[in-house]
Amino acid sequence: MPGLEDLYREIILDHYRSPRNRGELPVPPAHKVEGFNPLCGDEVVLYVDIDPASGTVRDLKIAGQGCSISQASTSMMSAAVKGKSIAEARRLIRAFKALMSIHESKLEGESDGSDLAADLEGVRLGDLEALQGVVKFPVRIKCATLGWNTLQQALDESEDTSQ
Amino acid sequence: MSPALDIERIKKDFPILRREIDGKRLVYLDSASSSQKPESVLEAIEHCYRTYYANIHRGVYTIAEEATRAFEAARARVATFINAPNARELVFVRNATEAINLVAYSWARSNLREGDVVVLSHMEHHANVVPWHMLAAERGIELRWIPLTADYRLDLDGLDALLDGASLLAVSAMSNVLGTINDIRFLADAAHAHDALILVDACQYVPHVATDVQAWDADFVAFSSHKMLGPSGIGALWARESLLDAMPPFLGGGEMINDVRLDGFTTNELPWKFEAGTPAIAEAVGFGAAVDYLERLGMDVVRDHEMRLTRYMLDALGARFPDTLTVYGPLDISMRGGAVSFLFDGIHAHDVSQVLDGDGVCVRAGHHCAKPLMRQLGVPATTRASAYVYNDEDDVDVLVESLARAERFFTG
Repeated sequence: MPGLEDLYREIILDHYRSPRNRGELPVPPAHKVEGFNPLCGDEVVLYVDIDPASGTVRDLKIAGQGCSISQASTSMMSAAVKGKSIAEARRLIRAFKALMSIHESKLEGESDGSDLAADLEGVRLGDLEALQGVVKFPVRIKCATLGWNTLQQALDESEDTSQ
Repeated sequence: MSPALDIERIKKDFPILRREIDGKRLVYLDSASSSQKPESVLEAIEHCYRTYYANIHRGVYTIAEEATRAFEAARARVATFINAPNARELVFVRNATEAINLVAYSWARSNLREGDVVVLSHMEHHANVVPWHMLAAERGIELRWIPLTADYRLDLDGLDALLDGASLLAVSAMSNVLGTINDIRFLADAAHAHDALILVDACQYVPHVATDVQAWDADFVAFSSHKMLGPSGIGALWARESLLDAMPPFLGGGEMINDVRLDGFTTNELPWKFEAGTPAIAEAVGFGAAVDYLERLGMDVVRDHEMRLTRYMLDALGARFPDTLTVYGPLDISMRGGAVSFLFDGIHAHDVSQVLDGDGVCVRAGHHCAKPLMRQLGVPATTRASAYVYNDEDDVDVLVESLARAERFFTG
């Protein structure tokens, strides 16, 4: 059985104890999107402010509550995508989900293994790679991807409304 | 006080408790979710499949008659276990969820119209919430909710107003999150005074406390085998014969018919009218064996044991974590069952149970299929330890030590 240290790397505990970008943003201009993990009741609320002129994630705040994995993953995600272009944010989402998808993609039939390498190629995940240990605890993968799926939904919705 | 259970001996009856997780003894404290099975239940199921398995109520050959007899004998034993007036009123279903859905589909859809009222409580399991939401969406019935007091009991001050004009009160006998035991007789009298019926979700209650549906004066009672030492895949709905007689069938198919013609059908007698298709035969036999096992222990002895152990657990948690752990549920043992939900300040329930798993301790973390209640409590999730007949003080001690490890790990 993998040990606790595989799951709870120091950087994860750091983000859990001192989450980045906690708070709210005025809606509008920000988009507010809620994500739920129906299995455990975890809840992530994202406020995403997108600058339509430059197509960048101008600001992002996080509310809601959840376990260390969902909170740390969302906190790390916020640090990674803030100030980035929407295209870059989407690339990061794909890469992170590829990192997690060894189990999940099989369950959801989203992609096969050959896509995973392509999704990960050329994307620097940096600190986010600390979350790779989550894959050894399949039940917790949904915790790690909760914030990312919510961000994806926020980006989709903001594009829908701007069109 | 009744004699204490010989837990050391009982533990030997449950083969799974001999398992080790990473070299550590399995400490199973998740019986409110599902219970483990004793040797006698496993043997009864295997004996059925090995020696007399056949479809029931059909074949004229010897083993078909034996299977039918065993199936119906199990029904009679389960009916007696809850002091049902007769076994015709005991319908086998998949689980308590299906039992409640049966009432929602059959009784409610033939009796409730737009604007009719169903009263629920804030401590209900989703199984006793969602079927009524579905009916509200479909029929426009009104749902009313009994709130909670600060000490995790039903707040009955406004009960008469809530029941005014209501058709049904659907309420849990014991909360799967808080452990709270509700006074069903009182609630049944209140419902009946308003010409409403009462449906009791007894899924957490029947496994742990001697149950008498007649003393409750209940109308519908739902419970599951898998929480009371029996197999999964079978449960029961008990209802008054007059109600079942008047209700239309739920599922159509074989077994539930008296006659089928090209232009229609007539229904079978009770309880088979509600048991379409080949049922869970060996599971019913196992359910009967589980009831036998509990009756051999004696339900009063079981209840005493759980009260003692729950007291021990609450005291141990309070003594070890006086400032950092909150228990969600009554502290008065006479008013609660063995499900103990708690939360450390600043540590999520999932993270706690992850550490516990590393020590071989099985507990539940999450919303326990009671999200309306979790919202009332203002928490996303709790950790829940729930004891049963095979747990003892040693198990609680292992739990407490493991919790201390979790607290150290996360607050470091």
